[in-house]
Amino acid sequence: MTVKFSALGAIDQGVGAPLLELAGVTKAFSGVVANDAVSLRVMPGEIHAILGENGAGKSTLMKLIYGVMAPDAGEIRWHGKPVEIASPAHARNLGVGMVFQHFSLLESLTVAENISLSTPHKARDLQRRIGEIGERFGLPVDPRALVHSLSVGQRQRAEIIRCLLQGPRLIIMDEPTSVLPPTGIPALFETIRKLAAQGCAILFISHKLEEIRVLCHKATVMRAGRVVATVDPTKETNETLAKLMIGRDIPRAPRTPPRPAEMAAMQLDSLSYRPDDPFGTALAGVDLSIHPGEIVGIAGVSGNGQRELAAVLSGETVLPSAERQRLAIDGRPCGNLGPGARRRLGLAFVPEERNGRGAVPEMSLTKNSLLTAHGDGMVSRGMIAFGRARAFAERCIAEMDVRCGGPSAPAHSLSGGNLQKFIVGREIRLKPRILVVSQPTWGVDVGAAAAIRRQLVELRDGGAAILVISDELEELFEIADRIQVLFRGQLSPSLSRQEASTSLVGSYMTGGFLGGATRREAVPA
Amino acid sequence: MTRLPFIIETRTHRRPGFALIAPLVAIVVTVVAGLIIMTALGVPPLRALYFLYAAPLSSLYNFGEVLLKMTPLLLIAQALAIGFRAKVWNIGAEGQLILGAIGGSLLPIWFNDSQSTLMLPVMALIGMVFGMGWASIAAWLRTRFNANEILVTLMLNSIALQLLYYLVSGPLRDPAGFNFPQSALFPDAAMLPVLIEGTRVNASLFVGLAATVLAWFFVERSMMGYRLEVGGTAPSAARYAGFSEAQAVWLSLLIGGAAAGLVGVFEVAGPLGQLQRVVSPGYGFAAIIVAFLGGLNAVGILFAAFFMAIIFVGGDIAQTAAGVPYQVNTVLQGVLLVSYIAARLFVDYRVRRRVPPRAVEAHA
Repeated sequence: MTVKFSALGAIDQGVGAPLLELAGVTKAFSGVVANDAVSLRVMPGEIHAILGENGAGKSTLMKLIYGVMAPDAGEIRWHGKPVEIASPAHARNLGVGMVFQHFSLLESLTVAENISLSTPHKARDLQRRIGEIGERFGLPVDPRALVHSLSVGQRQRAEIIRCLLQGPRLIIMDEPTSVLPPTGIPALFETIRKLAAQGCAILFISHKLEEIRVLCHKATVMRAGRVVATVDPTKETNETLAKLMIGRDIPRAPRTPPRPAEMAAMQLDSLSYRPDDPFGTALAGVDLSIHPGEIVGIAGVSGNGQRELAAVLSGETVLPSAERQRLAIDGRPCGNLGPGARRRLGLAFVPEERNGRGAVPEMSLTKNSLLTAHGDGMVSRGMIAFGRARAFAERCIAEMDVRCGGPSAPAHSLSGGNLQKFIVGREIRLKPRILVVSQPTWGVDVGAAAAIRRQLVELRDGGAAILVISDELEELFEIADRIQVLFRGQLSPSLSRQEASTSLVGSYMTGGFLGGATRREAVPA
Repeated sequence: MTRLPFIIETRTHRRPGFALIAPLVAIVVTVVAGLIIMTALGVPPLRALYFLYAAPLSSLYNFGEVLLKMTPLLLIAQALAIGFRAKVWNIGAEGQLILGAIGGSLLPIWFNDSQSTLMLPVMALIGMVFGMGWASIAAWLRTRFNANEILVTLMLNSIALQLLYYLVSGPLRDPAGFNFPQSALFPDAAMLPVLIEGTRVNASLFVGLAATVLAWFFVERSMMGYRLEVGGTAPSAARYAGFSEAQAVWLSLLIGGAAAGLVGVFEVAGPLGQLQRVVSPGYGFAAIIVAFLGGLNAVGILFAAFFMAIIFVGGDIAQTAAGVPYQVNTVLQGVLLVSYIAARLFVDYRVRRRVPPRAVEAHA
């Protein structure tokens, strides 16, 4: 199969036959209708955004198009002919490719070897073609490089090339910019535009309204499983798009000045740590203090030590006894305490991974409440008070607007964003004195993200010390009272809200603080 | 790159009652396998069926035997299942049982004419401590040196057996026993009371049933059981929540050791009446099968133990009535486990043919 090079300008969407058409596609899961009579048309060469809140049904829709699931009703037409897409392999053979949000590359193999796994060709024969495709679409990546040595951006390029080798006419991209540093995004967009110019259609899933407006020709907005509008995003504003998406205005987190206390609630004193994981990032001389009543943001491109820092703070990585004073809670050396002991000192933590770490996928939300909230009166004489656990879960579901089948629903039945809301809600409801949050709104839509941020600010105003580790600069600018940047395991000097401009933080994200600023102090804003 | 012609994928939606399919399939396969093996050995099919699966329930005495053999399986399997849910693989219940039997025999051997009513409870206690002690070797090696508990517990079985051989041929041998490798017969005070006249069922049955209730509460209702389960299903989540892995390993192995040790005491204080070279027909191993067949669920294990006891007794009956070798029993246990594991594959996963890419391309 070869990519059909369309002579049509991508903007002439009214002309020609649609590539993909969905008519009245419906899919329900045990009572919850995820897609309700969804209709959609994608023309060749069109960059088509799918926009919607969490649980709006975007993921389900993509799964239906990519053959992971079959619709209950409705029709999918490909080149005008009805098809039943039986499996992702079938979808790929039809010409539908997908670039996943989380990469599916094996770290210990080279790029070419990884790609050969999904094609009948040998890695050696692929090298030239990888080069060619890379050349043509602006995707430079060395086919002989081992994947673990690649940056996130390079990995994403490898994924896209793998997808392109199958000659797709439609590529589904699931939140492709969420893993990239701001500087990597224009290159990706350039690639996407080149693809579109050659006739390949792109389904672009993103919740970043700005990107959709800059990149996409058309946007299908979904809400609660239905298509509420199909618009030309270039003619919309962020506000109008957001309003369509959530059906009301987005509540902004109110900004009140922080009133940080004198003494740090949690402090790191020139902490260095080398993880066992050979692909991990070593932390080098990290000084950090979080004071009650402030939100500290940690920015940086992912993979620069965020994961390691979070594990050291949460206690999942325990420091050797000799270095226990490197981490202090309320001035007390705590580096050698495990997560349970730190929680008893008032620490709560939201990890980056939701399934399997922040929650047990197989267990109900009630049982997942117990995971960290068990100290909240849910255990009496060693036995679980299920009534209380259930009540906690119900409260958390209601207050965080978690879309799910109730407290008995297993965690893996929730969409990523909804599980995130549940976990963040659970940790906030523990009324921690210190809260460490990794990616608080990862995969969460605009409306819910705003709610989470508002709750974090409320918690801060109640006197909690909060650390937010996030890839999203916008988010940190919105809620953090001061920002520090992680680069290759080193932490930049602290920047107050006034000092933290996009350009300064951006330069810090590529190590700009390492030159002159060798001594740094953590100053509360 | 070679590819299998089929694809195996996880089933995401499970209907209620699905959990019953695997054990039922395993039982049917085992019944059929028993039939085939017995027929191959020259026993007419119907008689074979009768011996293996009906005779054990046909008389009060035989039924008593089933209950007698069900108890040790039940006790050990309940304890092992708790560890298995935490993914702590104690394969050493047989060795822990032997140590329990040794520990439980000390009092009745050393105080052979005692009539104290405290004898039995103290024996049980010592037996449990011995079993836990044996299991804690594996727990310590695992938590201190990260030594795999499967290998350690498995090897400790052999050591326990040699220790037993040494003791019954030396220090604990009955001086008046014509050099037979066995201890003196236990006094009445050291024997479990028989429940039903004309059978060998003894009071240990109640302990087994009580353990079932306890295990159910532990697994379903206690915080400790919850911690163990989280550790087993999502180790990262357990680490995140601060549930100690070392604690899970210790607790799992100690519970298993205590139950197996107690069963060792029940064997010497029940049907055996003395310490012998053979104290268990492989209860420690069979209980692993029972635990899995019962879906690691307290109620399921009760039924699984009952079925396994039927196989044990049926094998005995077939041996005496038709001269079938006792090994048929072991073979059937193996069939039961393998067919259960195989059936689980089809219950937990969906296996379907890989669509040949070319065929699809044609109509694309």
